[in-house]
Amino acid sequence: MTRYFTDKLAKYIVFISGFTSFIILLLIALFILREGLPAFSEIGVFDFIFGTVWRPGIDQYGILSMIVGSIAVTIVSMIMAVPLGIACAILLAEVAPSKVRNILRPAVELLVGIPSVVYGLVGLVLLVPIISNIGGSGFSILTASIVLMVMVLPTIISISEDSIRAIPVSYREGALALGATKWQTIKGVVLPAAKSGIGAGIVLGMGRAIGETMAMIMVIGNSIAFPGSLLDAARTLTGNIALEINYATGTHESALFATGVVLFIFILLLNSVATVFLKRGSNAQRLS
Amino acid sequence: MRNVSAKQTQKLAMAGIWGGGMITLLLLIVIIGYVLIQGLPGINWEFLTTNPKGGLSGEGGILSTVVSTLYLIGVTLVLLVPIGIGSAIYLSEYAPNNRLTRIIRYGIETLAGIPSIIFGLFGYALFVTVLSFNFSILSGALTLVCLLLPTMITTTEEALKAVSYSYREAALALGTTKWQMISRIVLPSAIPGIVTAVILCIGRAIGETACLYVTMGGSAAMPSSLLEGGRTLSLHVFYLAMETNAMDKAMATAAVLIIIIILINALTNLLAGRFQKRLKGIS
Repeated sequence: MTRYFTDKLAKYIVFISGFTSFIILLLIALFILREGLPAFSEIGVFDFIFGTVWRPGIDQYGILSMIVGSIAVTIVSMIMAVPLGIACAILLAEVAPSKVRNILRPAVELLVGIPSVVYGLVGLVLLVPIISNIGGSGFSILTASIVLMVMVLPTIISISEDSIRAIPVSYREGALALGATKWQTIKGVVLPAAKSGIGAGIVLGMGRAIGETMAMIMVIGNSIAFPGSLLDAARTLTGNIALEINYATGTHESALFATGVVLFIFILLLNSVATVFLKRGSNAQRLS
Repeated sequence: MRNVSAKQTQKLAMAGIWGGGMITLLLLIVIIGYVLIQGLPGINWEFLTTNPKGGLSGEGGILSTVVSTLYLIGVTLVLLVPIGIGSAIYLSEYAPNNRLTRIIRYGIETLAGIPSIIFGLFGYALFVTVLSFNFSILSGALTLVCLLLPTMITTTEEALKAVSYSYREAALALGTTKWQMISRIVLPSAIPGIVTAVILCIGRAIGETACLYVTMGGSAAMPSSLLEGGRTLSLHVFYLAMETNAMDKAMATAAVLIIIIILINALTNLLAGRFQKRLKGIS
């Protein structure tokens, strides 16, 4: 009878481990909220989010300039990465012969694997001097955006490519049979059919961009001043947490956790949008 | 006339598409090439076998950072692998299609999207402060387990799902219990896929920085216990680049990282290819 006992025991054990991720998620939300709440109540939600001065020394905690910094690097990097990523995804899914694909696909996988500090280091040594020739110190939103562009490319490429591949061949055959050129087929039939998946790829890429920390710290200058142009230094929400958490105490520490709460909410919003896109994509395919 | 312009647009569009692909490839070549060219000359036996001096000089080698990285990966895997495989077994073999399963899957997906630094905050609050493991390799490893769990679960689940259904039916038809079927038939068949999952997690652990930056302390000394602080290779690159002028050392360390990542990628591709072949060969 012991094998039936083992069978039952195993079932409970795997059930518990199955639930671990959800428990960790709850714990993360709980801990960050618990530690962040004192700051929200002491500073006030409005003053915290829309305050432009971050000076822990004189008890001023406003994170608007970091929200702006995070959003700016995300948008500028996406402006560069989206066209490049979609072109690359079309190349991989529709155009390239298998020889080219066999080089390009591992290359994209390698881009995912490179540690973010290496991106930061190359940005610091190679890109910062170039940007400083255009103006400013070189540590800027623009520099950070270029580094981020490379880092989010693989996310956009792989999710877009998957969704383009998921389009039935019959769609393409139909368009080609009507006399459309390859590009007309891609533009008029394939891309519209894959747009939900591509949208999801873009939104998930934004999630990666807004969450990136170390590479940003290395090239963005980390200034607490409100950035006036793309060539100005700035600070991201992530950078604010990483730079100060290890020595912060009291309200300052709580304000950093509150910064984490704001970041967490941004990420949850982006993830929900991506989920909606993906659902719509699979529904559209089921209908066809 | 219309045909001509359609053909011209086609040419232009294809040029753009190829251009996009080639720029991506070029970016990779520039990054890897630059790091290797700048970093490789700095790698020698002495660099690999001496400890960093620490402080602002940036002199010395990387030995203690390699040891810290290995300790960190070891502790992480001890917890990550059983929980990850257990969780994947539940999802692939037991989970009914109901609300609870959807909640579990939502948890995994959401966890996968949370930025490293948020895990770092959590690790700092729970492991460093509340459980008072302080800034240590243990705190870093526990944080890393939380961060890597979704990757481990998803990749393992795929490996389990790739095992043909006929295997399971044959085992159950012979009168095994469900667990005997899973432990003796499904898991052994999925081992190459599970090994791939583990290697993938090792690769991510090596590259991870933000969550470790705020939980591991970053001491450059050789760690003598898990409750001591330490710095991984990746963290070492960060400290060298930000706190010293030893850019040559930073580049050499980055080159070591790049070589490890290239090897890991090659290994996972090789294993994944084998796994596909093996499953196809049998079924």
